[in-house]
Amino acid sequence: MSKDPHSGIFTVGIGGAAGDGVREAGQSLGALLCDLGYEVFISFNYPSLIRGGHNFSRISFSEGKVWCDHERLDVLIALNEEAIQIHKNELNKNAVIFADSFEPDDIKEFGANAVIVPMLESSKELGAPPITRNSVALGATCYLLGLHFPQMQKVLQEVFKEKRLEANIKLADIGYEHLKKMNFRHSKSSAPSLGREQSSNEADTSRRGLAARGDSPRREVVGEVSETVPMRSDGGLSKEVVDGNVAFGKGLEAAGLDFYIGYPMTPATGILHYLAGNQNKSGVKVIQPESELSVINMALGIAYAGKRVAIGSATGGFALMQEAFSFASMAELPLVIAVSQRQAPATGVPTYSSQSDLQMVIHSGHGEFPRIVIAPGDAEEAFLAGANALDLAWKYQLPVIVLLDKILSEHSATSLLDSKNIKMEYGKVSDNMDGNYGRYKITPDGISPMAFPGTSNTVVKITGYEHDSSGITADEADSVKAMIDKRFAKTETLFKELSNRETVKVYGDTNSKNIIVFWGSTKGPVMEVAKYLNKPVKLAQILWVEPFDIEKVMRELKGAEKIINIECNHNGQMAALIREKTGIEVTDNILKYDSRPFEVAELLKQINEKLN
Amino acid sequence: MKNSINLTTKSKITWCPGCPNSQILVALRQVIEDMVKDNRLKIENVVMAAGIGCHGKITDYLNTNSFTGLHGRVIPAMTGIKCANPNLTVIGSCGDGDAYSEGLEHLIHAARRNSDIKIFIHDNQLFALTTGQASARSPKGFKGKSTPFGSIEEPFNPLLAMLAVGATFVARTYAGDIQGTKRVIQAAVIHKGFSFVDIIQPCITFFDTIDFFKERIFWIDEKEPVNDLKKAMELVNRDNDKVPLGIFYNVEKATFEGQIHNI
Repeated sequence: MSKDPHSGIFTVGIGGAAGDGVREAGQSLGALLCDLGYEVFISFNYPSLIRGGHNFSRISFSEGKVWCDHERLDVLIALNEEAIQIHKNELNKNAVIFADSFEPDDIKEFGANAVIVPMLESSKELGAPPITRNSVALGATCYLLGLHFPQMQKVLQEVFKEKRLEANIKLADIGYEHLKKMNFRHSKSSAPSLGREQSSNEADTSRRGLAARGDSPRREVVGEVSETVPMRSDGGLSKEVVDGNVAFGKGLEAAGLDFYIGYPMTPATGILHYLAGNQNKSGVKVIQPESELSVINMALGIAYAGKRVAIGSATGGFALMQEAFSFASMAELPLVIAVSQRQAPATGVPTYSSQSDLQMVIHSGHGEFPRIVIAPGDAEEAFLAGANALDLAWKYQLPVIVLLDKILSEHSATSLLDSKNIKMEYGKVSDNMDGNYGRYKITPDGISPMAFPGTSNTVVKITGYEHDSSGITADEADSVKAMIDKRFAKTETLFKELSNRETVKVYGDTNSKNIIVFWGSTKGPVMEVAKYLNKPVKLAQILWVEPFDIEKVMRELKGAEKIINIECNHNGQMAALIREKTGIEVTDNILKYDSRPFEVAELLKQINEKLN
Repeated sequence: MKNSINLTTKSKITWCPGCPNSQILVALRQVIEDMVKDNRLKIENVVMAAGIGCHGKITDYLNTNSFTGLHGRVIPAMTGIKCANPNLTVIGSCGDGDAYSEGLEHLIHAARRNSDIKIFIHDNQLFALTTGQASARSPKGFKGKSTPFGSIEEPFNPLLAMLAVGATFVARTYAGDIQGTKRVIQAAVIHKGFSFVDIIQPCITFFDTIDFFKERIFWIDEKEPVNDLKKAMELVNRDNDKVPLGIFYNVEKATFEGQIHNI
């Protein structure tokens, strides 16, 4: 039953120094492959510095869904000698290395697979900056993968639209021609077949089938179509290679975001960059104030004045916001907060990942108050989480956290961001203008009609003090209790609609007594590994971590013989949460806390051991 | 009567009897009432903000829109309010503990970016609501509950700092002079851009400086130009022999919120 987890997946690694454009090269190749109809996953690893450290981008692609990247490389584009030394142990048998030059030892070791590609020299000859040398490697890779270059140019033009178009296209051409002249052939170096090219949909076929036609040097088909992966159904939308930060930002935009406020902190900074860069198109206003404290307090002011606002930071930045987070709940202001985890405590490992802040965010802020925490597992879910978070914040007038992590925030995957189900809910807005408006009117569902300053004959008073229904400070015992009950009534109302929300997702063999539980970006490796497991298993992804959907989780876990909990932290925080909420104890934990994500082959081995 | 408004609320005033905070409240309320009567302000467009401290009770005593924020953190909230709806007039009270001790960075950055908000500091030179500890404004040697042997720190000069970081309206007034305070408050509200007013508000319970200031305050000549930064800095940097009151600096610059909405 067990298959090689790397078959059917082709992986290109690009390694170089920080500042060499490793990330951009990876994104360009990813966009190219996506346009050709492949499913792509791009990871990017880098240390916390600007120049000189080793940067590495890995592009895994296949005709079926690729849930996470694969460690084993079929092509290594080495922009310096260091990249060869660091990654040579990750090469598949017969993998090809492209480099400007090789040490004699390398040539001895890799023989004909060590291919000299004149990257730096070509960009110099063109008078283009050294960073453009990536394009030469990109062209060479296109040839190696059997992608027909003339047809590729159109796609490349789109990819390089804003980035020194002419030089990059020319350099890609040089790389392609270089390999062609060498008549470079290699038995294992061929892109996975696009097996659906005989699709009945003509338009679809012409877009996807590029690689298979023409006089491409295609050799054998490596790919094995995985049965577990659903066929693509575009519904008129096109897929894009997108990371979780951008997808989350697009979700906010789709739900009518007015303002985004952020202070840079890896790995949440991508949200700030995306929304800032897209302001003129989207109309969203983006502000970067002096600190995280300013970020959240500014956002509270914006929400009070009636505009839809979101903020974002790494958990360290969110830690600075605790007092104001609690204020959002007391003042009942709608606020969306993206919290992206990285390896902590303290500054920790800034550019690497972790899932160690689950328990922190569900308990964050002083005092007892309702909040919503959604933990998407991939870019598509991050998109929906962004949109839903904004709607939920307004509907329930409370803070909503979308919990991300470095992997989800910064790694990209082919995704379909579909906004057709996004509602743009504004909740209960007051139409009371008789002069007796009270912002905190007690209602059966706990939700008071919202009004905003600037409304005639209406006084809108909000405060972080406990207050009466008009928003004036009140500390009498009965009024304190009444207001706490009112705020928690919102949770009761919310519980009633949990059954309509996608709080828990189940995949795989839903009748299996063996269950794998996971959350957040661990979805990627778990879903990937599930393609190759020895035994049928049920996969349960918990998306809503607060409020916890006790009923659904109990339904899915009840009667299980084995519950394997998989997460990237030391303490098994989800296992603890499941036990607290349902009384169900997981039977096994697979925990990883070295700040790196699960690697497919390693995780496969671990799960199979637990299942046997 | 046209435009007649009642700005009082049901809240019982709990400042100490005789506290100059009540004088600031009266001055502020009258300025708003006058400006609404004259059609220079729409009452629904007024937002009063406050932080935490004795001053912060002011929002309970004014029947206007209000945002009672966190200690030291109301200034960014005010900028947020103005960004979200530039039609609003955002007036904020802060204490010296609330703006100069905790959250000083917000005051400086709001001034630097010329956020179109009006800040009035109820400056009593100590923490009063927490029953008398030194603040960034307490003089060296100040004996409070947390500094029983006298504060060893030099006090902060807020006016000089505000001028240095680019505030476009910088003034000082004395709470006991209600008419003078009204004039300054009104000019600050009318100013387009960041208005900063330090209001000397002696704490009659924990640090009674009424006699000290009565001997030293004087109003600067209103006819003097208000666009001379160097002169303004000299004026606010003099020793404590005399304490000048008035508008030291008043210039126009593009506002933060105006630029945000012009992208």
